[in-house]
Order: sequence, then structure tokens, then C-alpha cells
Amino acid sequence: MLFKKTRLGELPASEVTDYSVYLNRRQFLNGAAIAATGSLLPISLASAASVPEPTYKGLIKSAYSTDDSSTPFESVTTYNNFYEFGTDKGSPALMATKFPDKSKPWRVRIDGECDKPGEYDYDDLIRPFTLEERIYRLRCVEGWSMVIPWVGFPLADLIKRAQPNSRAKFVEFTTLFDPEQMPGQNRNVLDWPYTEGLRMDEAMNPLTLLSVGLYGQELLGQNGAPIRLVVPWKYGFKSIKSIVRIRFVESLPQSAWMKAGPNEYGFYSNVNPDVDHPRWSQSRERRIGEFLKRKTEIFNGYGEEVAHMYTGMDLRKYF
Amino acid sequence: MPPELNIVSKIKTLLFIVCLIPAIWLTIAVLTNQLGANPIEAVTRETGLWALRFLWLTLLITPLRWLTGWNDLVRYRRLLGLYVFFYAVLHMLLYLGLDQFFDINEIIKDIIKRPFITIGFFSFTALIPLVITSNNAMVKRMGGRRWKQLHRLTYFIAIASSIHFYMLVKLDKQEPLIYMGLLIILLAPRVYRYAKSTAIKH
Repeated sequence: MLFKKTRLGELPASEVTDYSVYLNRRQFLNGAAIAATGSLLPISLASAASVPEPTYKGLIKSAYSTDDSSTPFESVTTYNNFYEFGTDKGSPALMATKFPDKSKPWRVRIDGECDKPGEYDYDDLIRPFTLEERIYRLRCVEGWSMVIPWVGFPLADLIKRAQPNSRAKFVEFTTLFDPEQMPGQNRNVLDWPYTEGLRMDEAMNPLTLLSVGLYGQELLGQNGAPIRLVVPWKYGFKSIKSIVRIRFVESLPQSAWMKAGPNEYGFYSNVNPDVDHPRWSQSRERRIGEFLKRKTEIFNGYGEEVAHMYTGMDLRKYF
Repeated sequence: MPPELNIVSKIKTLLFIVCLIPAIWLTIAVLTNQLGANPIEAVTRETGLWALRFLWLTLLITPLRWLTGWNDLVRYRRLLGLYVFFYAVLHMLLYLGLDQFFDINEIIKDIIKRPFITIGFFSFTALIPLVITSNNAMVKRMGGRRWKQLHRLTYFIAIASSIHFYMLVKLDKQEPLIYMGLLIILLAPRVYRYAKSTAIKH
């Protein structure tokens, strides 16, 4: 299981170049990671040297960024939960190398309870917005965490343009459904397409980001290309990837994970060390690349910006 | 030494080395950074899986003997059983040391609160009397009948560990279900034989 089969021989000739370039890159990164640490210790931290040249240049550095040091690019792009490309953490990086198919335009529909609905090509969708770099902590519900320098813009900016009406109480997000491009969707592990939701005030919170890149690069398939949500005070699965639809709704949307395990995954899913997952503790986390575990912080350390939205709420009940 | 025993001991030596390969490979993989972004999680998972695989192999010996009539197979079972313990100890130490950092309070809380940890813990504990009574002297001291009775704990351990595996997987239960299916195949001939033997007695 740990030795990934490459199945190079099964690829059509036209696709081989792509893949070998990918493999070379990985070999380079592995080599760089080992060279950078100068040792064979298991917990080697790859240096920033293994990050490719940024394609987004002159990005605004956000004041919301954390000072924590970023998780190596190699880890961010090879250790992923993206069940559309398989349930192994390593499989998205192997299965999503050609995602999204560049020959198909990426279209995002914005609809529901708003005055300016529409359907946009990816380029038209993001053109009006100013991209910035935001370094956020990301805490997975499984008990590990990363620090990722995202490239994106506040979701609030997009929402303002769509002009939601007074019935818009929640925002629902949907991932692409295309089993040809996303082979994991051939298995019914989740109720496809993946959906997520936020309350309107959560969606409008200045921390909530629509991301189109990381480490100054365009998002790779395994990280949710071409556009994804980032909600840093919630468990990672709330940060839905590869979005094709943003819909304003009146009643609380059911997310894919709520359907999969209603007593394990709630609508809010705020990071909270005092509210355990029914099967495991949430009090600590292993930051990827670190040996010791660290204490998990309420709202993943973003309480100052977000705690006010939940005053008076029983966070055990609304987990 | 009679030639027949000589062959058995040679096979045993070979088996001893073969069973070490996963551990050697995991060590190399850790040292050369081949286990991905979260190596501690990966090694913990892999050692647990190997304990499970060797346990399934020990359970394969008896039905394979019945099927092939090759009774000498039983001579290799103890070695496989000890390797179950070896990988289970590594798995347990990784949990105690690198997941809980030997924090006794946390560990006790975890064992009480998390059903999958509880089951895993009991499953591991049940291996200990089997290891202690695994040498020839103990078999003699206990008598074959009582020894056999005690070693039926293996069935409990197998069922418990497959439940432990099933419960800890977040969502995609395919892999634990495969192990459970294999376990049913391994246990079915025993149940069948037992049912037949009691039917004859009555």
C-alpha cells in the first residue's frame, strides 16, 4: 500500500510526458527535502527551497496571516483528503495530476436567493477581485494540522456582488460532479456531489477566503483547483474544494459529511478542543512535520475574529 | 539431527527472516523519509496492519492442514504467532509513545472513553498469556487440553482486532471489511467441523 503503483504503461502516449514531468518534480522534491535537512531523521522539515517559482507575483500580504512557519510545499501537495480522488491521503496527488481538464471551461454558478445570479467562466469570476496571500492554520478533523500560504480573496467580496436578498440565511457550496475526471466518485463513500454550507455571517466574515492558489502557485488538482473555500476556524472538510456552485438559501443546508455521519459531523464543525469527535479526542493535534503534538486551540486560534458569532450558543449541541 | 527435522529448522530460519522484512522495510522507509507527510501515523497504521496479517496467517495454518493434509505446517505456527506479538508490541509502543507520549492519565482516559482503543487494548492484553505459554515447557506443564483451551483466545483477539480496525477508519470501511471477510473464511471450516462433531456425538 505504501508503494504506489505508477502504471506508466497503461497511459496513452499523449499523456506520458505530463506524468514523467510530474515524477521528475517529485524526485527533485524528495531529493531536495533530504538534502535540505542534511540528515536522515524521520521528521525532516523540507526547506522552502523545494517550492517552485511563484506564478502569482506582487500579492498583498494579509494582516490576517499567522506567523507560524508554513508546512512544506511537498507535504501540502501530497497529503490530502479529497475523496473525489480516492480515500488514501496519497491518492489525490497521484490521481489529480491532470485535474481540472484544461479543455473544459470551469464554470461557476451563483444562484439562489440573490439579486445578481449568474454563471461565470473561472477567469471572469475572479477578475474583479484583488488576490492576496493569507497564511492560515488548517486543522483536520482527524487530528493533524498544517500551515498553508493561500492565495485568494475574501468570499465576502463575491457575496456583495451577488447581492443576496433578505431570505438568504445560508450559503451552500457544491463541488464538481464528474466521475470521469474524479474517479473517486465511482464509489459511494460520500453522497456526491460534495456539498458544504456556511451561515451568512460566517460566509461574510473577513477570514473566510475563496482560494485559487497556494505558495504563490495556482492550486493543484489535489488541493481543490481551480477554486476552493478556506474557513480556517473550522475543521478542514468545511473548506470545500473545486467549487462549481454557490447558492444562497433560506434553510440550513445539509453537507455531505452531515449526511455521512450526522452524529459525528455537524453543520458548524468549529475547531474545538473541548468537544470530542465521538470516536477520538480533539484536544491535541500533530502539526505535519513536527514530532510532538500541540494543544488544539478553540476556533483554531481565530477566536478574536470569529468567537462573537457564536456567543450564547451551546457549542456541544451545535458541533 | 534427522534430515526431516533439519528441513523444518531451515524453513523456520527462512520464515524468521521473511517475517522480519516488513519491520526492516518500515525502518528503512522511516529513515529515508518515504512514508509521506505524516510518518508517525503511517508507521502506527502499518505495524497494526502487519500484526493483523500475521494473526490471519496463524489462523490459516489449521484449515490449510485440513485441506492439504500437510500436518507439518503446525510447526511454523508458533513463529507466526510470536510475530503477531512483535508487530502488536511495535503498534502499541507507537501509540503509547508517539501518540500519547506516555502520559498515563491521557492513556487511561483514552482506553476508557474510546471504544476502538478499549477493544484494541484488550486485544493486545489477551496476546500476553499466549506469548507466555508459547514454549514447549509451558505446553507440557499445562497439558495439551488446557493449553488448547487457553489458546482459543486467539479467536477473541482476531475478532476484537478486526472490530478495532473497522471502528477507527473514518469513513471508507472497504479495507477492514476485506479483513473481516477473510476472517469469516478462516473461521468457517472450524465452525463447520465443530458443528459436525457435536452432531455425531448426539
